[in-house]
Amino acid sequence: MIHCVLHDPQDSVAVVVVENVKAGTRLTGLVLDLDRTLELDCVQDIPIGHKVALRDLAVGDTVIKYGVDIGKVVKPIRKGEHAHVHNIKTKRW
Amino acid sequence: MQKTFWGYRRENGRVGVRNHVIVLPVDDLSNAAAEAVANNIKGTLAIPHPYGRLQFGADLDLHFRTLIGTGANPNVAAVVVIGIEDGWTQKVVDGIARTGKPVAGYGIELHGDHDTIMRASKSAKEFLQWATEKHRVECALNELWVSTKCGESDTTSGCGANPTVGDAFDKLYEAGCTLLFGETSEITGGERLVAERCRDDRVRADFMRMFDRYQAMINRHKTSDLSESQPTKGNIAGGLTTIEEKALGNIQKIGRKCVVDGVLDKAEEPTGPGLWFMDSSSAAAEMVTLCAASGFAVHFFPTGQGNVIGNPILPVIKICANPRTVRTMSEHVDVDTSGLLQRQLTMSQAGDKLLDMMFRTANGRYTAAEALGHREFVLTRLYESA
Repeated sequence: MIHCVLHDPQDSVAVVVVENVKAGTRLTGLVLDLDRTLELDCVQDIPIGHKVALRDLAVGDTVIKYGVDIGKVVKPIRKGEHAHVHNIKTKRW
Repeated sequence: MQKTFWGYRRENGRVGVRNHVIVLPVDDLSNAAAEAVANNIKGTLAIPHPYGRLQFGADLDLHFRTLIGTGANPNVAAVVVIGIEDGWTQKVVDGIARTGKPVAGYGIELHGDHDTIMRASKSAKEFLQWATEKHRVECALNELWVSTKCGESDTTSGCGANPTVGDAFDKLYEAGCTLLFGETSEITGGERLVAERCRDDRVRADFMRMFDRYQAMINRHKTSDLSESQPTKGNIAGGLTTIEEKALGNIQKIGRKCVVDGVLDKAEEPTGPGLWFMDSSSAAAEMVTLCAASGFAVHFFPTGQGNVIGNPILPVIKICANPRTVRTMSEHVDVDTSGLLQRQLTMSQAGDKLLDMMFRTANGRYTAAEALGHREFVLTRLYESA
């Protein structure tokens, strides 16, 4: 089963595409542009559609998705954690 | 891919996929009479709305362009226009009449609702009986105009439903169709990628001018970073975090190969085939109303969390890749591409699945939104009335 997908191998986050992903789940991620998979451990419960961090991210880091900048980190994020509005903000507006 | 579909060829050569006779109010005051006419003459459709009084300047121009464009759309066979007074009513009638289709206008002043409803009902009955004798004819695929706009997006939109539209757009572009996308604020963060896809420097400059104008409007009025407005609360509940992330998902809809051939202001009609960008709101009903007013005959609407929108005259095909939404809101979904996210479907197969539904819809099949009675018609306003 594919638990999460990412677009570009450089992406710092992946999208959870199944329901009931819990802390401790070993995730299989599909890299869409390459059609290959990767594995990581999820450390928090993450709802379907929400993002999991693929590596440790520090405050001020740029978040990469689709291979490009989607915003900045405002609270530290560890690999496997839930990445969303509580730790990422827009660089626009 | 099929090369033809069955549509209604109109007097001006354009091809529609529906055969509506509409009763179109010029202003809010005329809604009651328009709805009474549609109630009298079964099979006609009133399109009520809340505006049309004391508008001026560019906002008034857009009002007329949207109403005239709606009446002129090839999915409409004939139009009865009703306004509070004769002058602006005639302006809408004259605009629609340029297509050559039957159109009649009625002003309420000096008549009252009763007499107006009676006179307008006679025209509506005549038009309806005339329209119902029209037959579908076989039309070339490149005569089909297809627009797109997504809504209640989530992260599955960007990796599933939107690239499905992108794959279909790439194939329709190659077939010579006329295509449209827009949602100016929802390109924020991806504007360079769209600019790179523009045909030449002139188109690129036009696009960036529209983009910068919208950014300036947002910067003028904003009181926050727009979180919960753009992205919406629904987007955030669905996992989208920033406008940049939403925008990069949004622009998956223009595929990987098609080129942006031209730029339009709101409710303007394209002048040739290819992919057009229309400056527009990212609010679903506003944007789809503008697509219909620009003359588009079929609409692709990818959704993640489950937007239920429709339009009175433009069939809106819903595409969804979120397995939870497909399960909980199945009556709203026309094309399920959730298999993409489990490697059960390739992107090309997903695009073909959408194109198959496009042909079936163009040939007459009702979309989920049509069957459920979704007829959202929302006029874009640029500023306050005088």
